[in-house]
Amino acid sequence: MNYLDLKSKAENNWNLLANGSKPWIRVGTALCGKAAGADAVIERVRGELSKNSIEAIINEVGCLGLCYAEPLVDILNPGGSRVFYRNVTPEMVPELIESHLKRNQPLNKYAIGYLGPTPIYGLIPITELATMKPQVRIALRNAGHIDPGDIQHYLANGGYLGLHKALTEMTPETVIEEITTSGLRGRGGAGFPTAIKWKFLIGSNEPVKYILCNCEEGDPGAFNDKGILDSDPHTLLEGIIIAGYATKASKGYIFIRHGHDGPIDRAQRAITEAYNNGLLGKNILESEFNFDVEVSLTGDSYVSGEETALMESIEGKRAMPRYRPPFPAQFGLWGKPSNINNVKTLSYVPEIIAKGGKWFSGFGVNKSTGTAILCLTGDVVYPGMYEIPMGLTIREVIYDIAGGIPGNKKLKILQTGGPLGGVLNTSKIDVPLDFEAMAEAGAILGSGGIIIGDEDICAVDLTRVLVAFCQFESCGKCFPCRLGTTHLLEILERICRGDGDDKDMTQMESIGKSLQAGSLCGHGQLGFNPVKSAFQYFAEDFKIHIKEKRCPTGKCSTIMVSPSRTRP
Amino acid sequence: MVALTSILRERIRQYISSQQQPTVTILSSLLIVQDELAYIPQEAIEEIAKFSDCTINDVWGVASFYTNFRFDPPLKHQIEVCWGPTCHIKGAPDIIQSIQKSLGLTTEGDSKSVEVTLRYSTCLAVCAQAPAISLDNKLAGNVTIKKSKQLVDKLINQEKK
Repeated sequence: MNYLDLKSKAENNWNLLANGSKPWIRVGTALCGKAAGADAVIERVRGELSKNSIEAIINEVGCLGLCYAEPLVDILNPGGSRVFYRNVTPEMVPELIESHLKRNQPLNKYAIGYLGPTPIYGLIPITELATMKPQVRIALRNAGHIDPGDIQHYLANGGYLGLHKALTEMTPETVIEEITTSGLRGRGGAGFPTAIKWKFLIGSNEPVKYILCNCEEGDPGAFNDKGILDSDPHTLLEGIIIAGYATKASKGYIFIRHGHDGPIDRAQRAITEAYNNGLLGKNILESEFNFDVEVSLTGDSYVSGEETALMESIEGKRAMPRYRPPFPAQFGLWGKPSNINNVKTLSYVPEIIAKGGKWFSGFGVNKSTGTAILCLTGDVVYPGMYEIPMGLTIREVIYDIAGGIPGNKKLKILQTGGPLGGVLNTSKIDVPLDFEAMAEAGAILGSGGIIIGDEDICAVDLTRVLVAFCQFESCGKCFPCRLGTTHLLEILERICRGDGDDKDMTQMESIGKSLQAGSLCGHGQLGFNPVKSAFQYFAEDFKIHIKEKRCPTGKCSTIMVSPSRTRP
Repeated sequence: MVALTSILRERIRQYISSQQQPTVTILSSLLIVQDELAYIPQEAIEEIAKFSDCTINDVWGVASFYTNFRFDPPLKHQIEVCWGPTCHIKGAPDIIQSIQKSLGLTTEGDSKSVEVTLRYSTCLAVCAQAPAISLDNKLAGNVTIKKSKQLVDKLINQEKK
């Protein structure tokens, strides 16, 4: 099918929605919306509408990123502006419908803002909210605005323009040049330049090559990959197709853990719709380019997010890392050249191609161009998923965007980049969020998760939880990792119980060295990071636990959750 | 018993041969059986080995690696509690303890008194709503001890009726 035809059809449909005669109600039903009770809200909305014989369009949309405000419902009356209602409960629905739909009176007491040309008295535009204003939404541009299950919504908002441009005006080489200009680096953790990765693949003449998109995202504290799939799966899909074109690959896989039904269903549906509209399969958009994409599900295993373990898992085996070399670009999935990119990395690609690499590199600082998609969780007033230009400081992010620490408490601990990242204390609060500055501070930006802990948090207790995670998730292939993490956990549990002794810290350091030196993949190599950084920044906490046999916060005496399952 | 086994085998064969996606593997077959039966019976291991043209050991190797598979039928209801770092600092240990008390458990596993299986989860992907739990695959966020007790009691009472 022709892109221009697809686009004009989609725009007509969108205009009927946005400028039609019926009210348009959008409810956020991404994972966080569902956890906050969005399903019950939708049910009540449907019930009330039919009770009052009101005809309205109801769409389930993804996540605007304001997780603290979920369930988020926005209502657009014909000719008006969208009004966003926060923390909606089923009990609030009759009042909302009575006031906003029947009397055309937005209910300001429940609203956080509006969006649209007509100002609403007493409300500010949501783009002016403290949580929204500093954001630059590139990968999340459609999140919370469009129905992720409807390709027309994506097309009407500039979707697949990047692919159209790549296929009609660009060669694979010029697409990669554009990515080089953009300075795009991998958002999965390592920050490796994406264009260089793609060049490894283009060099091979093998007819079968794979683009593997990693959405395993086992990091506790990060949910932005699933957030993108839940909110705008076509952005990712378009990115994968462009990556396939640029590297002359034949097939793509979206790799995700089973059980997250929302994001999985939305990804599946996006793929089906793309096939139905000639955006996947043979002769994409009437070009010579053929490409297929499939969703591959994995079981519960954190290490399956490691690039070679990921390939083992797609092949249906135990997700254990392979030896390298050979590298995936030579010998990857089923022995074919393969390229692995994170969801966020690929989701930037459509906009980079549509608007140019130079535009993208205009955001961010130094070698960290573009934006970072952060998940701010823990002890902050406004936890959520925020896309900010690289280079804002941790302080700006926590205090200006996330509203600071609740209950007038003091900030104590920051845990960044997933459990293998490290912990930081308040001395690093003015570190800018970019790849280099974070690495220099001894932490990683990683997948963008930042867990914030207030003064009541015990650093030793948190370290124990992080190590318990590393121990539980060790795949067992390399014994320094398998045994080392177990031993570290035993020592930490002892310290938490008040049975620590003076030699514990040196012993842990020595285990940490063998972990780093004797493990094949990042899980073991970085497995000591939480302990190392906790020693560096919270030495005092350890000292009190070991010397005085007490926990200053009293947290350590509570139960220790350690899963009973281990891998045979 | 023989007849029951053959019915089960027939059902398993149907599940694994009904997979629509182009890439069918040992893991994808195990996942579909677990989705349908909520556990992996010995029969499934054998049928998947036959279907995938590999040994029973190959299938066991995969099944025993991923921690979501279980090999005996679970109880009727499933509760998952998150013990990830965000949930932990937002109070998950107390919630876990309270749920365990309701179920008569001291760790994860099957309750002896009610039809509920408790499972620890490393992340339910709703960290902004921490602490989070999931009851029969339905997520609940910003859980307090009181709220978790209400939800668990509702599940247990529903079973009594």
